[in-house]
Amino acid sequence: MSFAELQKKARQEWDELQNGDIPQIIVGTATCGRSAGAMAVIKAFEDALKEKGVQAVIVEVGCIGPCYAEPLVNIAKPGKAVIAYRNVTKAMAAELVDSYLIGDDPLPHYTLGTIGEKTVEGIPRILDTPSFKPQERRVFRNCGIIDPTNINHYLANEGYAGLNKALGMTQEAVVDEMKRSGLRGRGGGGFPAGRKWEAGLKAKGSQKYVVCNADEGDPGAFMDRAVIEGDPHSVIEGMIIAGYAIGADTGYIYVRAEYPLAIRRLERAIKQAHEKGFLGKNILGTDFSFDINIFPGAGAFVCGESTALTLSIEGKRGMPRVAPRPRTTEAGLYDKPTLLNNVKTFSSAPMIITRGAEWFASVGTEKSTGTAIFALTGKVNNCGLIEVPMGITLREIIFDIGGGIADGGKFKAVQTGGPSGGCLPEALLDTPIDYDSLDAAGSIMGSGGMVVMDEKTCMVDVARYFLDFTEIESCGQCVPCRLGTKQLLDILKDICKGKGKKKDLELLVELSHSVHGGSVCGLGQTAANPVLSTIRYFRDEYEAHINDKCCPAKVCKPLIAFHILEDKCAGCTLCARSCPVSAISGEKKKVHVIDQKLCVQCGVCMEKCPKKFSAVECVSPKEKIMEVA
Amino acid sequence: MSSVTITIDGIKISAEEGMTVLQAAQANGLYIPNLCNHPDLRPAGLCRVCVVKQDDWKITISCKLPVKEGMVISTEDPAVQQIRKNTVELLIANHPMTCLTCEADSKCELQRVAHYVGITPDSINRYRRSVRSIPLDTSNPFFDIDHNKCIMCGICVRTCDELQNINAIDYAQRGVASLISTLGNKPIAESRCESCGECVVRCPVAALATKKSLQPMREVRSICSYCGVGCGIHLGVRGDKIVGVRGDQENPVNRGSLCVKGRFGYRFINHPERLTTPLVKKDGVLVEASWDEALDRIVEKFSEHKGEKFAALASARITNEDNYLIQKFTRAVMGTNNIDHCARL
Amino acid sequence: MTNSISEISGAATILAIGTNTTQAHPVLALQVKKAARNGANLIVANPKDIDLCRHATIHLQQRPGTDVALLMGMIRVIVDEGLTDKDFVKTRCEGYDELIASLVDFDLDSVEKITSVPKEEIARAARLYATNGPASILYCMGITQHSHGTDNVWAISNLALLTGNLGKASAGVNPLRGQNNVQGSCDMGCLPDVYTGYQKVENPDCRKKFEAAWGVSLSPKQGLTHSEIFDQIHDGTIKSLYLIGENPVLSEANASHAIEAMEHMDFLVVQDIFLTETAKMADVVLPAATFAEKNGTFTNTERRIQRVRQAIPQVGEAKADWQIVCEMAKRLGAKGFDFNEPEEIMAEIASLTPSYAGIGYPALEKSGIQWPCPEPGHPGTPMLHVGKFPTVSGKARLMPLSFRDSVELPDAEYPLLLTTDRSLFHYHTGSMTRRVAGLEQLDSEEFLKINPKDAAELGLGDREMVQITSRRGQTTVKTKLTRICPPGLVSMTFHFAESPTNVLTSSALDPVAKIPETKVCAVRVEKV
Repeated sequence: MSFAELQKKARQEWDELQNGDIPQIIVGTATCGRSAGAMAVIKAFEDALKEKGVQAVIVEVGCIGPCYAEPLVNIAKPGKAVIAYRNVTKAMAAELVDSYLIGDDPLPHYTLGTIGEKTVEGIPRILDTPSFKPQERRVFRNCGIIDPTNINHYLANEGYAGLNKALGMTQEAVVDEMKRSGLRGRGGGGFPAGRKWEAGLKAKGSQKYVVCNADEGDPGAFMDRAVIEGDPHSVIEGMIIAGYAIGADTGYIYVRAEYPLAIRRLERAIKQAHEKGFLGKNILGTDFSFDINIFPGAGAFVCGESTALTLSIEGKRGMPRVAPRPRTTEAGLYDKPTLLNNVKTFSSAPMIITRGAEWFASVGTEKSTGTAIFALTGKVNNCGLIEVPMGITLREIIFDIGGGIADGGKFKAVQTGGPSGGCLPEALLDTPIDYDSLDAAGSIMGSGGMVVMDEKTCMVDVARYFLDFTEIESCGQCVPCRLGTKQLLDILKDICKGKGKKKDLELLVELSHSVHGGSVCGLGQTAANPVLSTIRYFRDEYEAHINDKCCPAKVCKPLIAFHILEDKCAGCTLCARSCPVSAISGEKKKVHVIDQKLCVQCGVCMEKCPKKFSAVECVSPKEKIMEVA
Repeated sequence: MSSVTITIDGIKISAEEGMTVLQAAQANGLYIPNLCNHPDLRPAGLCRVCVVKQDDWKITISCKLPVKEGMVISTEDPAVQQIRKNTVELLIANHPMTCLTCEADSKCELQRVAHYVGITPDSINRYRRSVRSIPLDTSNPFFDIDHNKCIMCGICVRTCDELQNINAIDYAQRGVASLISTLGNKPIAESRCESCGECVVRCPVAALATKKSLQPMREVRSICSYCGVGCGIHLGVRGDKIVGVRGDQENPVNRGSLCVKGRFGYRFINHPERLTTPLVKKDGVLVEASWDEALDRIVEKFSEHKGEKFAALASARITNEDNYLIQKFTRAVMGTNNIDHCARL
Repeated sequence: MTNSISEISGAATILAIGTNTTQAHPVLALQVKKAARNGANLIVANPKDIDLCRHATIHLQQRPGTDVALLMGMIRVIVDEGLTDKDFVKTRCEGYDELIASLVDFDLDSVEKITSVPKEEIARAARLYATNGPASILYCMGITQHSHGTDNVWAISNLALLTGNLGKASAGVNPLRGQNNVQGSCDMGCLPDVYTGYQKVENPDCRKKFEAAWGVSLSPKQGLTHSEIFDQIHDGTIKSLYLIGENPVLSEANASHAIEAMEHMDFLVVQDIFLTETAKMADVVLPAATFAEKNGTFTNTERRIQRVRQAIPQVGEAKADWQIVCEMAKRLGAKGFDFNEPEEIMAEIASLTPSYAGIGYPALEKSGIQWPCPEPGHPGTPMLHVGKFPTVSGKARLMPLSFRDSVELPDAEYPLLLTTDRSLFHYHTGSMTRRVAGLEQLDSEEFLKINPKDAAELGLGDREMVQITSRRGQTTVKTKLTRICPPGLVSMTFHFAESPTNVLTSSALDPVAKIPETKVCAVRVEKV
C-alpha cells in the first residue's frame, strides 16, 4: 500500500472516531495517570456504562501534562466540545455517566476546561487558562490526544508524513532542513542537532547506528517517558528519518528498564511500523532499510551520558569514554559512526521535515528555537509537564503556568537542569529560558527538571541533597568526580550539622572548580553546580550555618530547636501525646516544656499544636532558646 | 613516522607523531605527574593528575593528548596546578596514612606525586578524611588485595585485560563505593585469576602487594627453570636464600612478563626436603652417606656395567653444560650410545 | 621453533594445534592473545574447549588422534582452490606430486567423518590460513604424543610449505618445547643417535671428530631410546641406569612397566634435587644443585641460548650435575673431565658443535643468542630456513601421508578416551611445584575432567571419587564435571603422585620418534 493510501485509511478511522455517533471517554493512562488511579477510573466507567446501558468508547491516551489534575478524563459527546475533567475518582465516573452521558449536565465544577474550538457555557477553554495559555504543544502534539497503541491515530495526525517526505529528499537536504531549523539537542547539552546529523552523514563507514537516549535518569524528570508513552511513533519516525539522513540501517532505543509501560508501547509501535512498512527492508518501496532494537537500560544514571550509553549497549560497564576521544558521530556504538539524540530531539524531527525548518524556528529565540519541556515540581500550585516556547521567562512559568507558590508561600529559588543544574534566586526570575541565558546565570537547561523552592527551603541542604545524588551516581572512574563529590558532600553534611569550619566555604569553591575542570565527563564537570550556584546566590545562608550555627530556613535539624511559648500554651497536651520520644512534659491546662536533651527536632509538636494557640516555636541557632528563656 | 616539535613549559622538545604529550615528555626526561599511566598499557585518563594546559586555552590531560606540531603545553599554569593539587589531596584524604609499614613505601607513585605537587599538613587537614575499611582479601597465596589503599587507577584492570586477556577483575559498584572487583565480588582466589602477578607488579600503591615478602639484598639475572619459553628473571637473594623473582624487562623473550610458576614458584629451591647429602641403599633402606662412599659404590657398579649394560637418562631440566658432560660420560667413559632424556614427555 | 617468540604477535593468522598454550606456555600465550587482540585470525585445533578458544576465530574440535586427517583435509582445500604458494613450492620444495597423490583419501566428506569437524569449518580454516599470511603454526605435545606423531608433524610441515609460510617473519612451524632445557639437552646430544648439534653417531666423519676430541674410541652403534631402555632393563640386558632429574614413576607412559623394570634392575643411580618417587627406588641417590645454585646455559624453545647464573651457594652437600659427572668420570679413570667452570665446558661444546660454534659466555651476556651461531661474533639466527633448507638438495620435502587411527580406541569394555594435559599451577610430576605451598593451595589434587553428559550416564556427580581403569592399570581420582571435555573424552594431568595418571596411559610408540601415545588411550570410569 502506498503512503497516501495508508494515510487515507487512517484518516477515515480517525474521522469516524471523532465525528461518530458514540461518545468517547478519553482517559490518560500513561504511568502518571495509572499511579493516580486511572485504571480504576476506567473500570468504574465501564461498570457504570454497563449498568446504565449507555454506549460509549473508552480510549486510552498518553499524558497531556498536568500531573496535579490526574486522573484526567476527556469526554467527547457527539457534536459537543471535548471536556477535560480533573482528578476523576470512581465516584465521579459514575456521576459523570449519569449526569453528562445520560443527562446533559457537564458538571462544570469537575472540569479543567474544554479542548478544541467548541465551547461550553460556564467552562473555560483549557488553552485560555493561565496554566495553558503560554504553552506551545509541539513535542507533546499528540500526547493525550491520540491512542498511542494505534498507529492509525498517529498516521491520521501527520504521522510518518515526515518520513515519507524525507525519503523523497536527498540525505543532504534532510540534514540541511534539520540544520536550518536551529533545533538543539534536547538531552541537555544543547548541541545543534543538524550539525550532529551532518557529522553522522559525513562520517566514513558502511555501518552506522542511530541511538535514541531514553535513559531519563534525572530525579523528577519524566518528559521522555511521557512522550514515549503518549506518542511512541513520533520517536520511531524521527529515528528512521535520522537513519535515512546519515545512512544507518540499525537503531537502538536505550530506555530505562524502570519504564515498563514505555518499553511495551515502543515494542508495540515498532511492530506496527514493521507491519505498515515504515521499518524493515525497503521502507515505503525505497532502497532504504532500517530497523530498531530496544535496549532496556542498566539502571545507572551515568548511562544517560552518550559514551557510557553506547558502551552499555555493547554489554560493557557504562562508563563515559575519556576525552580526548573521537566524537560519537565518528566512533560510537561498537566504534562505528553513531548518531545519538534524545527522545525529544527525535520526536521533533518529523515535524521539522513535514512543516519545514522555518515553521519550527518560528517560535523560540534566535539561538534556541522551538519549544522547551519542563517537569515543573516543588512548591508550585500546578505541578506537571509543560511545553513552552524558548525565551519565556522563569517568572511566567512559575507564576502563570505553575500558578504561583503553593500554600501561599514566598518564592526563594528555582533549580533547573536536574542534579547538575543550579539554583537561581528571585533576582533572576526574569531570565529567559534558553540554553545560553541559563548557562550564563549559573544553571543549565539540562534535561528539563525545574524545582521551585519556597522560603522554607535551606539552600545548603538543597546542595547537600543534590550532591548526595551525584556522589552515589558517579561512575567512579575518575578521581575528581568520585572523591570530589564525596568530599563536597562530606563538607556540606558537616555544615548542615553545624560542624562547618571557616575555611570550608573557600574549600567548597576551590574543589568545585577542580571537580568541574578535572572530571572526565559532563556529569562530573557539572556535579558541583548546585554548590557553586547556591554559594553564589545564597552565600549568607552558608555563612549563617558556619559562623552562627544557624539554619535560617530552619531545616537543618542539628541547628534548630523547638520550644513552647509560655504565654501561648493552653496545656491541651496534644503535643505531649504526639511526641515520639516523650520529650514533652506538662500537666493538663498547664504550660508544657520540651526537654531539649530528648528532643529530636522532628517538628511534630509544632504541627500538632492547634493553630489558635501556635504555642510551639522553632528557633535557630539553638542558643536562641536560652535567650528566650 | 614524522617528528614534530612541541613546547612544554618553554622547553622545545621533539616527539614522534602518534605519541601523547605525556609520552613525549617522558621520552625527553620531563616529569609530568601521573598515576594511572603505565608504559605497557593504553592511556586511561582516569587519575586526572597529568592535567596540563594546551595552547594557553584548554585544560586537558596529557596522557591522551596526541602531540601536534607547534603545540604549546603548560604544566604549571595556575588552573592546572589547582586541579592537580586538589585531585592529589582528594586521593590522600581517602588513603591510609600507614606509609612506614606499607609494602609500597619509597616506590609509591602516590607519594611521588604528593611530593611533587607539594602537599602540606595544612592543605590536607582542610579535608574530611574518609579511608575505607574494607577487609583485606588474603585469599590468594601470593598476594593480598587492600581496597583501602586502592586509588582506582585501573592499571590492574587494564593489565588483566590488555596484556593477560584474562579479565579476572573489573570495576564494580558506583561512585565512592566503586572498587576493583572479581565477578560477583568473590575472593580473588575464587575468580578466574591465574595469579600471574602482573597486576601486583604494576600497582602504583600497595593495593596489590606480595605477601610477606623480604626485600632482596641483591639480585642475580637468570632464566626461569620451568617451561621451554625461557623467561628472563632476576632472582632476589638475601643471605643464602632466594626471596623473590622479578621479570627481566630487558629479556627479549618475556620483556618482564612472568606466569604464576615463574614469579611465585621459587620456594622449592630452599625447601627443607631438598636432598643435601648422598643416600646409599643399605639393607633396602636409603641412608645418608658421604660423597666418597656413594661415588665408590657407583664406580664399582659402573665399572662392571660398561657398554651395553649401561644406560643414562639425562635431563631436560639441567643446563647444556651438565647435559653435554652426561652424554660425553656415557659415550666416552661408559662406551655406549644408550643415552636419552625425557624430551618426549 | 623455526621462528622467534616475539614474531608470533605479528602473525596475521595463527594455527594453534595440540597446544594448550595458556596453561603450558603462559608467557608465550601472551603473544598469541596479543595477536588475536590485534585482529589476527586464531585457529585453535584441539579436541577440548581450552581457554585459548575464547580468543579464537575458529575452533576445530577434532577427535583426538585425527590430526593428520584434519591437516591433510585443510591441505586438500588449499590445493583444490588454488591457494598454494606456487612459486615457493616450485623453488623450495620437492615431492609435490607424491603429496598430491596422497590427497585422494582426504576429501572433506571423509575428513569430516574421521575428525568429526564440520567440513565447512575445515574449509574456512584452510582458507584463512592460506590467504592471510604470514601464518604461524604452533604445536605441542597434542601433536607429538601419538603413535603417528611424526606423521602429524609432517602434515604440519606440508601445510606450512605449500603456503610458503617458512623462512619469513611471523610465519613458520613452531613446536613449543615443554621443558626449560629440552631443546638444549637435544642440542647437547642426549639422544641415542646423535652427538651434539645432531651430528650422527653412525656418520664415521662425525664419530672420528668426537673420538679425536675426546681421545677415546666410540661406539658406532645407535643407542636405545627412552622407552627401549626401560624395555631392556625389564629384559635384564641393562644392568645400570644413571637417571638424572627425571621421575619416570610418574612421567613414563604405562608407568607400571617402568616401575617394574626399575624394581628388578641391578643398579639404579638417581641424581635429583628431591627424593622423588623414583629416587626412593634407587641404590644411590646423589643430591644435585638447582638452577639457582650453578652457572650454565639453557636453550629455550626458540633456540635461544641464555645464561643461568649462580645466585646462592649450593644447598647442603649438593653439587651441580656437571661437577658430579666430572667427579664420577675421574674416579673411573677417564680423561677430559677437568673442568673448573661451566664456561670451559661451553668452550668444548662450541669447538665440536657447528651450530654452537660461535657461542661463548661473553656473547650471551646481553640477551642470549639463537643458534645456529656458526662463528664467534655471529648474531645468531632468529629465523630458520630463509632462502634455503638445510638438506642435501636445499629443498624441503613434501611428505605424502595416510591416516592411521590411534593404537587404542574406546570400545565396549573401555568406553572413554583418556587424554593428558597440564595445569597452569604445576609442572610435570610436581617435584618442584608441589613443594611450593602457594601453588599447592591453588591446585592441590588431580581431577578427572569429564563432560556432564558422560557423568550423568555413569551416575557421577561433581567432585566424586571414581576409579579409572585402563588395560594397563588403575587409579582413583575425583571427578570435575566440565564442558571443556566433549562427551566421550576425559582428561587428567599427571602432576599428582596420589593419582598417577601414567599408570593408565599407553606406551604404544611412534615408529620414528619413539614417543609414547599418552594423548590417547581407552579407559573405564566407575564409582568407588
